[in-house]
Order: sequence, then structure tokens, then C-alpha cells
Amino acid sequence: MDALMLDGNAVAGLLQEVFTVEMTTAIGTCGGCGATDAVGAVHVYRGAGFVLRCPHCDTALMKVVAAEGRVWMDCSGLRTLEVSV
Amino acid sequence: MAGAAVLGRLTWRAADVVGVATETPRVKTIAFDVDGWPGHLPGQHVDVRLTAEDGYQAQRSYSIASAPDGARIELTVERLDDGEVSPYLTDELRPGDEIELRGPVGGYFVWEPSRGGPLLLVAGGSGVVPLMAMVRRRAALGSDVDTRLLFSSRAWDDVIYRDELEGLNGDGLRVHHALTRSQPPGWSGYARRVDAEMLAEVGPAPSERPQIYVCGPTPFVEAVAEALVELGHEPLRIKTERFGPTGG
Amino acid sequence: MPPIISRGFKGRRRDDAPPDRVPPGQYVTNDFPVLSAGPTPHTPLDQWDFAIVGEVDELHRWTWEELRALPSESVTVDIHCVTKWSKLDTAWEGVSIDTLLDGIETSAEYAVAFCDGGYTTNLPLEDLTGGKAWVSFGYGGEPLEPEHGGPARLLVPHLYFWKSAKWVRGLRLTTADEPGFWEQNGYHLYGDPWREQRYWGD
Repeated sequence: MDALMLDGNAVAGLLQEVFTVEMTTAIGTCGGCGATDAVGAVHVYRGAGFVLRCPHCDTALMKVVAAEGRVWMDCSGLRTLEVSV
Repeated sequence: MAGAAVLGRLTWRAADVVGVATETPRVKTIAFDVDGWPGHLPGQHVDVRLTAEDGYQAQRSYSIASAPDGARIELTVERLDDGEVSPYLTDELRPGDEIELRGPVGGYFVWEPSRGGPLLLVAGGSGVVPLMAMVRRRAALGSDVDTRLLFSSRAWDDVIYRDELEGLNGDGLRVHHALTRSQPPGWSGYARRVDAEMLAEVGPAPSERPQIYVCGPTPFVEAVAEALVELGHEPLRIKTERFGPTGG
Repeated sequence: MPPIISRGFKGRRRDDAPPDRVPPGQYVTNDFPVLSAGPTPHTPLDQWDFAIVGEVDELHRWTWEELRALPSESVTVDIHCVTKWSKLDTAWEGVSIDTLLDGIETSAEYAVAFCDGGYTTNLPLEDLTGGKAWVSFGYGGEPLEPEHGGPARLLVPHLYFWKSAKWVRGLRLTTADEPGFWEQNGYHLYGDPWREQRYWGD
């Protein structure tokens, strides 16, 4: 157990800022193990930026870095993201 | 639908402080009137942004404590001694001040009485805040959904919303306290950390397929979620919200 | 709309930082914040090794005991995290990268540090040599705690601290500069705190 671990709720505002829709109810499929989870249920770590990790296999699903006026997102660990629009 | 209330670009809004109330020695509730507030669902949070005279900014997330109530929202904030934002909110803010916030944010960790029950809410310390919004919403709508709140605090004087919870107990809501560090004389409630045996006693049983919401510090949430799964609750019915040491 | 000034809000103190020691945009902290891109690995020391691979004549590898048997140095340095905290006079113990590279033939000009948990970060080889970088296993006179990167982390104090990779397991020497975990996603390829090279384009 890692005392630093948060969950997808912690990046709800940042993701909504970028995607303009509520994203914690979006469903992601892990590119590592194929598990599906709501973004709100995945593990979130805070390093230099945020890392969203699969709660089953720890694959880095997304990396999110926010600077003044810019946001970078690496979604290479996500196979699919299902978003309600 | 959860998303309906929050569609559209997030914008920073001016929030006027209209009240500050002391909950415990370390916890205060601050009430705001928020310009253009679109309404919220119980369990959602806001991002708070503070700006210093020289332009320096700090941003944190806080759960909304109040049930939906027009343009009024309440945040309940625990003061972290080495924090940057929470001591400002708890010690400095007074009615007439203005800060910025945006939201509501989140849609995963929300509950409305229309979603039914039974409901099991498990709170560690100030993790009670989003769960209190659910309890208050339930009461405001006169819902009788079977709801159990298991609330872990260090001591009786640290119990946030103590008197209000006392008053709400009944009508299908049962409040159970666990006091982990010290207990008042004659204490008949739980006097230990939340464990599987306690969760089984508080119920509802896994066979009743309760919707479960757990909120608190990360180690608390981990221990509770693990115990719930051990008891046979379906992992997908357990929603968690963890807060870490960066919340200050 | 310009942001609303929060009456009486000062935030972390930024004025008392000695400007010759604290780079622009940083504040000084006395505690040691813990940031992590993933869960803390717990590799048993008997399964731990440190390797130098890539553009080298042969694989070079040290077990924990072999690494600890190498001459180590005590260094006291200031560290600067890109999340804006700086910590002054931190005391470390470790093996200089010069010691590890001694006698190794390479045409590489860059290195990628790799770690338990999959983290990577890239650096020019010349920033790892000349007494500027260590594999560190001691902090404040104690073994380096897992939350701070123990059993061993890279220590490259003249660059932003994300370059000082926690739980480091080796260096892969490369001829090209290959962006690491954060450098692929917004963070600066080099990361000089004195030039505020935080993000792409800085």
C-alpha cells in the first residue's frame, strides 16, 4: 500500500478542463491487462506530473502534465476511453 | 444523469464568503455564495484557487459538504499545520472575503436518493465531508433509503458534524462512531480502527448488495476497501475517494 | 478576467530564499516532500543490481554488496524540484558515477537511467561525470528510505530533481538523447533549474 496513492477523482478538474466533459465516469480499458475501470476508480500518483495507473496491473494509463496555459497528455497506456457526451 | 449538471468548460468563479463555522478545533466550515453556480450533486468537489498580491497561485480540491442549495455551497476544511492553503481557509477567511473556485467537479463518487440503496458510507476523519453531502441530501428530500454511516475519528471532540449527525440519526439512517485514540467515559461505541468485523456488524450484508462509498486518508481507504472485499462485497460496488498528504 | 487577489494570502514564502543558492521560481522547504510516479518498489537487496548497458563494450554489473564495496563519497548539496520546492544542504552518501564508468569504453554521449517500476530519465553523459552525479544509498546519515528512492537513487543535484531517479537500477548509454518518462510528456529534455527549463520550449 502506498500512502501517496490517490484516485481518479483527484484529477477530475484537470481532465474536465481539457476534455470539457466530466471524465471520472468515463470508462478506460487498460492497454496492459485489458481491465476496464471508471477513471474515478483508477490509481493516481503525483510525481512531477500526474500518473494514472491501472488498479490491477499498475500500467501507466495516462501521464498528465499541466503548466501555465498548457497541458500534455500521454494516453499510450490506454487502449480505449469511453466518454459519455 | 450525473454529467448533465457539469457539461461545459470549467471556469473560475468568484465565491463570496458568507459564513465561517467551527466544527472541531482543527476543522471549519466555510459557506460561500458562488457567482453563477450551476448546482451540484452530493459527493462532488470544487477546485479552490488562491492568488497572492505578487501573482503567486495555489490550487487545491475540497469536497462540497452541503446538499444542493441554489448558489450557496459549504466547504468543510481540516487545517493541516504545514499546509499552504488549508490554514488560510480556516484561519484567515471571514465573511466579506472573496476567493475563486471552479466546479462542481467529479461524477464518479456521487450519490442521489434516486439511485436507491441500501447505502453504506464509511468515513475516516474529514473524509466524512462528501458523505455528509449525501446524508444531508437524503434528509432534505425526506428519503428513507436504508443508510449506514460508519465514521472513524480520533476522539469525541474530533467528530465533525457530531450534533447534526445525532439529530439525523433515525428514519432509516444509522450512524456508528469508531473512536480510535481516546473515548469519553462510558463510551459504548467502537473503540478501535475500522475492521472487517465492524463492517459486518454495521452492515448491510453483501447479499443486500449495498452501494458503498468510502472516503478518507489513503491508508484508511485501502484498509476499509480490502476488508469490504474480504467480506464478499463486489469491488465494483465500492467507490472510494482517497486524499493524500498533498491536500494542504 | 484577471484572478481575484485573496486578501492576506502569501503562500509559501519566496522572498527569504538566498538568490545565489535558490533558482528563480523556487521556494525553500525544510521538509522533504515525497513525489512519486508510481508505487514504491521493494526489491530485496539480494536481487538488486546496478547495470551499465547500451553503447558499451560489455555489460557491467554490480550486486548490492559489490556496489557498497566501491569507494563512496559524502556530499552536501542543494536540490531543486520542478514542483518549485528547493531543499538546501542535503547530505548524501553514494558512489560517484565516475567510479562506475572508470575503465568503460563508450562512444555514447547520453544516458537513460532506468529504475524499478519502469521510470526512466535522460541525461547527457557529461552531466553524469566529472563529480556531478552519484548512485546514492544514504541520506542524512541513514540508509535511504524507500519513499525517497531507497535502496538507491540517482543524485544529479545540478538538474531538476526528477532527473535524480528514485529506485535506479542502471544506466543505458546511448548515442542519441532519448526522452525519458516525463521528458516524453512536456518536461524539458535537460532541466537546468537556473535557466528554469521546466517544460518543452523553456
